[in-house]
Amino acid sequence: MKGFIIKEFFHIFRDRRSLIILFGMPIVQILLFGFAITNEIRNVNIAILDKARDASSERIVEKMLASGYFIIDSYLESENEIESIFRQGKIKAVVVFGPNLERNLGAGDTGAVQVIADATDPNTANTIASYAASVVRDYQAEINPDVALPLQIIPEVRMVYNPELKGVFMFIPGTMTIILMLVSAMMTSISIAREKETGTMEVLLVSPLKPVQVVAGKVLPYILLASINAAVILLLGYFVFKMPMQGSLIALLGTTLLFIITALSLGILISTVAHTQQMAMMISLMGLMLPTIMLSGFVFPVDSMPWPLRVLSNVIPAKWFILILKGLMLKGVSITYLWKEVLILVLMTVALIGLSVKKYAIRLA
Amino acid sequence: MEIEVENISKSFGDVRALDRVTFDVKAGELFGLIGPDGGGKTTLFRILTTLILPDSGHAVVAGHPITDYRAIRRSVGYMPGRFSLYPDLSVEENLKFFASIFGTTVEENYDLIRDIYVQIEPFRKRRAGALSGGMKQKLALSCALIHKPRVLFLDEPTTGVDPVSRKEFWEMLRRLRQDGMAILVSTAYMDEASLCDRVALIQQGRILTTNTTANITTTFGRPLFALRTRNIYKVTQDVQEYTYTRSIYPFGEHLHYTDKREKPDPDELRTFLLNKGHRDIEVSIIEPTIEDAFMELAEKES
Amino acid sequence: MTASEPIISVEGLTKKFGSFTAVNAISFQVMRGEIFGFLGANGAGKTTAMKILIGISRPTSGKATVAGYDIYKDTEQIKKSIGYMSQRFSLYNDLTIRENIEFFGGIYGLTTREIRDKAEALVEKLGLRDKFNRPISDLPLGWKQKLAFSVALLHDPKIIFLDEPTGGVDPVTRRMFWNMIYEAAYRGVTIFVTTHYMDEAEYCDRVSMMVDGKIEALDSPARLKEMYGVNSMNDVFLRLARNQTRAEIA
Repeated sequence: MKGFIIKEFFHIFRDRRSLIILFGMPIVQILLFGFAITNEIRNVNIAILDKARDASSERIVEKMLASGYFIIDSYLESENEIESIFRQGKIKAVVVFGPNLERNLGAGDTGAVQVIADATDPNTANTIASYAASVVRDYQAEINPDVALPLQIIPEVRMVYNPELKGVFMFIPGTMTIILMLVSAMMTSISIAREKETGTMEVLLVSPLKPVQVVAGKVLPYILLASINAAVILLLGYFVFKMPMQGSLIALLGTTLLFIITALSLGILISTVAHTQQMAMMISLMGLMLPTIMLSGFVFPVDSMPWPLRVLSNVIPAKWFILILKGLMLKGVSITYLWKEVLILVLMTVALIGLSVKKYAIRLA
Repeated sequence: MEIEVENISKSFGDVRALDRVTFDVKAGELFGLIGPDGGGKTTLFRILTTLILPDSGHAVVAGHPITDYRAIRRSVGYMPGRFSLYPDLSVEENLKFFASIFGTTVEENYDLIRDIYVQIEPFRKRRAGALSGGMKQKLALSCALIHKPRVLFLDEPTTGVDPVSRKEFWEMLRRLRQDGMAILVSTAYMDEASLCDRVALIQQGRILTTNTTANITTTFGRPLFALRTRNIYKVTQDVQEYTYTRSIYPFGEHLHYTDKREKPDPDELRTFLLNKGHRDIEVSIIEPTIEDAFMELAEKES
Repeated sequence: MTASEPIISVEGLTKKFGSFTAVNAISFQVMRGEIFGFLGANGAGKTTAMKILIGISRPTSGKATVAGYDIYKDTEQIKKSIGYMSQRFSLYNDLTIRENIEFFGGIYGLTTREIRDKAEALVEKLGLRDKFNRPISDLPLGWKQKLAFSVALLHDPKIIFLDEPTGGVDPVTRRMFWNMIYEAAYRGVTIFVTTHYMDEAEYCDRVSMMVDGKIEALDSPARLKEMYGVNSMNDVFLRLARNQTRAEIA
């Protein structure tokens, strides 16, 4: 028995790849988890609509900035701008100061401060609202140290795009992204790796088939499958969970197809480095799924993460796709608003395909 | 010449897989690459089918240099070891698939594979993974032939297959030569050498000799004795103590013996063994087989 | 050299997979100290039969004892009393010679001292001292097989089962391997071997041939050749196996 255990250790330590997975991966994951999981918020972009323009509003804004929770993106001139700035997706909340701020604060008037939060991510929206509220309260305490509770101001909070704060509205785009990633990337890479493993790849190579044909042949069935998956999820979301579909359906389907292709190209890239199905699966799960779940903004707000992770999250295609989905479905923005996200996905796809084609061996070695 | 190999060498790290290998194969020739595992046969096949590049040397296959991989890959049939078929597709489906990637149909070249395919046709709907070794082999051969290649590469097609299937397989190969196809087969079974038109004996990356089996055995160069006895083990031990013994190896029901001298006398050896207490010993002079020749050449190399 | 007691006794051994009878009521005996060749075409059922005898598969019906142990009740004892070596698996490639010996010695229940002594003797005999601490993957195939054979004998088993041990090995090493087999047989170890090399069938004291799940012939090579009026075991095989009607079991 002891001999057997020793032998297993030998096997493990001599297999460098296993070692990386056994030790490297957990460390990376702990770091990721540690930094990524946070319910706090930081560096949230907000806009200010200041109708008071007095010392109070100035002071509150100062405090907001000082708190580190918020970054002031812009100052709005009127209510009309609120909707469009939300559509643009740059800010998560608008803080509105009523015209008679100072007087109202003193008198305990609740209309003094309004926080309008983007509730496509309900958890974050809640947090933003309560943080904003606490800053205001702080200020109140500053100016009126003697004012006891019940007379404190609670800013009015309004949630846009998801007034009931339905978690599922966040959930469906996120899940769909993950599933598409899974089906497209992982399945493709496994399928190609399987050819290598059984040796049929050798025979395929020694034939008139060009490598690009082999790859295309592998990929096309999965495009179809993934599209069906996507359609099913969307239908379920719409009919069963009453997800809104504010934006253009065509744009939705088009961008979904784009994302599927992006994920597929990732799968192909993985298959060029993986020689066995097992390896392909490992890399897909550890190297792709996990970072995607952690860093795409699906579960944990990206803005709250330390900056290296925020930078990293930009590399994750899922992140951009989720933004597109939210924009199209919940906010109903037109596709032109989302051009940046779409462009990024297209560029990623092209780069991935280019890389795969280059790495794709016409020969075995 | 359908295959021309000139000074091909290939190393993997420290291991020299192929060392200046040179030989050629004519159209309509059944050429055997004979040698044990680890000899470099598979590496050579991969080079000739353009799957890997050699470190040095050149080769021409079906009239194209091996750098022109596109042209070669269109004109050759390849059956790598491990029966590379799709186990979850049926016999029929496998065949249709391989025909289609070469831009042809099963019907077009059916004549070529008919003799082979009829043997597995009753099982045509069965998944390839559920076939016996002998049948997989026949299917793999059919798939390699379906596009009527000019050159056929078969890497150890008979390994691990029972003698009956092996015999049948070689009979099929011999019939294929008639169409002008050049066939390069590798095998570790020495007895298959005589079924080829010409052979190259290869061990540890080096060609020991290239010739017909008849010529190889005639150039054996020394007399060969066959000892017949009931007591193989004891006789072997005793012969090893004989002063003139150069080599003594079991060979089926005999022992093959070579002597250090040029013209040894079989009776001398018999007497020696009788004196050691062995009754019914027979010592006769025999013609060497290809295996004897291989072993002799291999010893010379090292 | 050959004592007349059977060390393997098989009676009406049958193995079915669903409606398919892989091994069809075979009966035979293997005598202590003999070299017994167990032959048959692929699909004849010999691999299945062998798996039963080495204790890793359970028969559907019939009786058998190996080294005195019952194959239904005492499979653990059987595994401890036999050595096993196959073409597909022999030793662990990424472990060194020493580590392999230590591992298998441990599995067979040898003490550290015994392992050390035997390792010493083995390495000396095979001339592998300078490779003792190198991984097995460094050795050429023939040497691996010879080493595997020696390791299978580490615990001095009474019988050793060899499953196509010389596949693909060069002719010289193949014969050296058989010399080792002869030597083991001389020391009283019973050898149960399957092979596709018909010339190796000639080395056996007796040979059995399975066709379609049944034993069609069982005798010494000399008598079999006489019976069928042929000159070689290869021809005997062709006579018998050609008529096999069925394909290999997966």
